[in-house]
Amino acid sequence: MQLDNLYQEVILDHYKNPQHKKLNPTYDAQVHHINPSCGDEITLNVTLDGDLVKDVSWDGVGCSISQASVSILTDLLIGKNLKQAQIVADSFMHLMQSKGTEKGDEELLEDAVALAGVSQYPARIKCALLGWMAFKDASVQALAKQG
Amino acid sequence: MTFDARTIAKDFPILSRTIRDGKRLVYLDSGATSQKPNVVIDAESDFYRLHNAAVHRGAHQLAEEATDAYEGARSIVANFLNADIDEVVFTKSATESLNLIAYAMGNAQIGNRFHLKAGDSIVVTEMEHHANLIPWQQLAARTGATLKWLSVTAEGRLDLSNLDSLVDASTKVVALTHQSNVLGTINPLEDITRRAHEVGAVVVLDACQSVPHMPTDVKALDIDFLAFSGHKAVGPTGVGIFWGRADLLAELPPFLTGGSMIENVTMESATWAPAPRKFEAGVPNMAQAVGLGAALTYLSAIGMENIHQHEISLTKYLLEGLSAITDLRIIGPKTTDLRGGVVSFTLGDIHPHDLGQYLDSQGIAVRTGHHCAWPLTRKLGVPATTRASVYLYNTTDDLDALISGVHGAQKYFGR
Repeated sequence: MQLDNLYQEVILDHYKNPQHKKLNPTYDAQVHHINPSCGDEITLNVTLDGDLVKDVSWDGVGCSISQASVSILTDLLIGKNLKQAQIVADSFMHLMQSKGTEKGDEELLEDAVALAGVSQYPARIKCALLGWMAFKDASVQALAKQG
Repeated sequence: MTFDARTIAKDFPILSRTIRDGKRLVYLDSGATSQKPNVVIDAESDFYRLHNAAVHRGAHQLAEEATDAYEGARSIVANFLNADIDEVVFTKSATESLNLIAYAMGNAQIGNRFHLKAGDSIVVTEMEHHANLIPWQQLAARTGATLKWLSVTAEGRLDLSNLDSLVDASTKVVALTHQSNVLGTINPLEDITRRAHEVGAVVVLDACQSVPHMPTDVKALDIDFLAFSGHKAVGPTGVGIFWGRADLLAELPPFLTGGSMIENVTMESATWAPAPRKFEAGVPNMAQAVGLGAALTYLSAIGMENIHQHEISLTKYLLEGLSAITDLRIIGPKTTDLRGGVVSFTLGDIHPHDLGQYLDSQGIAVRTGHHCAWPLTRKLGVPATTRASVYLYNTTDDLDALISGVHGAQKYFGR
């Protein structure tokens, strides 16, 4: 059924075993984002080393889509430089807005392509983007700190 | 006339459409908005088709017909609430009704009984919808008054143990919901209205979840102001009701000013028309008011007590069915004692959004989230819940579909 496009195995796996879901006590920037329409919340810490994303850790409450999406994000972006991270984030954003017409670049997005089905459910796109928006915010703040 | 939900459902065209690849629509989200019967859809479109003109002005037949229809709707609302006709104000929504009184009180000058200042207090409850919380927060912030609240117990009832100390000589307003949109709890009002009136405060009742579902008599309730929305009472969107006791409406300053609401205007100043006109600036939402009149006429013909009894029996059936499900936790009273047909629950580790999405795939429409009552869901330690709400057109078939859908979701997400 169509629902299986939304809830792929990979998503449920990340939901049950979320990656980096424990706030690292040291960080360059910490942000707290909320999805006011549903009450999902996330706190996300970012540590940079120059322009390298050295660490991303988080804690939060939310649906499987929002939780899996941020879990996938941490796996994807830790170890990348900010420019590469931006390319991945832009590609993910583009996929989310594709209304089900695209499958996503698997080489670039890896597990995140499993979220392609979200783009067919307009009400859920915000869930998938919660962690990505938080990362964007935190990385900008962390970068600003470097002066 | 005997009550038959299946026959009633035939009056609502949307209930015969299908959802998500041919599934029967099981609509259990009437707490958010109700569906509309043909008589309401027709009344609204007939107004535009046959009678449309600006009410209370214009020297032509259409203006007369429009005014008759609009004022006729006001009279229907008044009868429905056992109110006097001049006590009924049309607004665009219940949210506007509650903002109307909060802003109007903020406009009250020294000497007016509604004037608020530092040292005064406003009392609400922890179970308020944001629409009956934020306007009062804002009024308190503008006037220096203090906002206080009655707490909610673990089982979802108001804790009235400190009522007499919380509502004291400083209290000017007690604003509360008649029925919680999250818990289904129906608040007993007698002690609250007695205490409020003892200290000279007015009682504002958010009746969005009660007026559509049970007989309402504003005189018997001994309240001072009431708000409800048309769209939750099988009426159109874009129309709400603000009711107030005549003597209080006479003293309450206006909120929105402009055309229609005046008695006399010069370049320097203006005086106000008597209520309800004082509170209805501009060309009103005539077609929607007429649609609401048709809605309340429809509900009255079926009988509000019949609707109430039907919902009690559905709620009992649903509470029993849900209680038997492993890992399901009902958020709110577990019996039908002082309880309406709004049932919130959580389901183990399955997030309400995911449950709602699964139910939708089965054609079942429920609400998920904090239901615009974030402080309440936070207090209860549940960031989000799934909420099913019933109305006159629902049957036990709908509830069986929900219960079986919940089992299906457990299986689906447990893989």
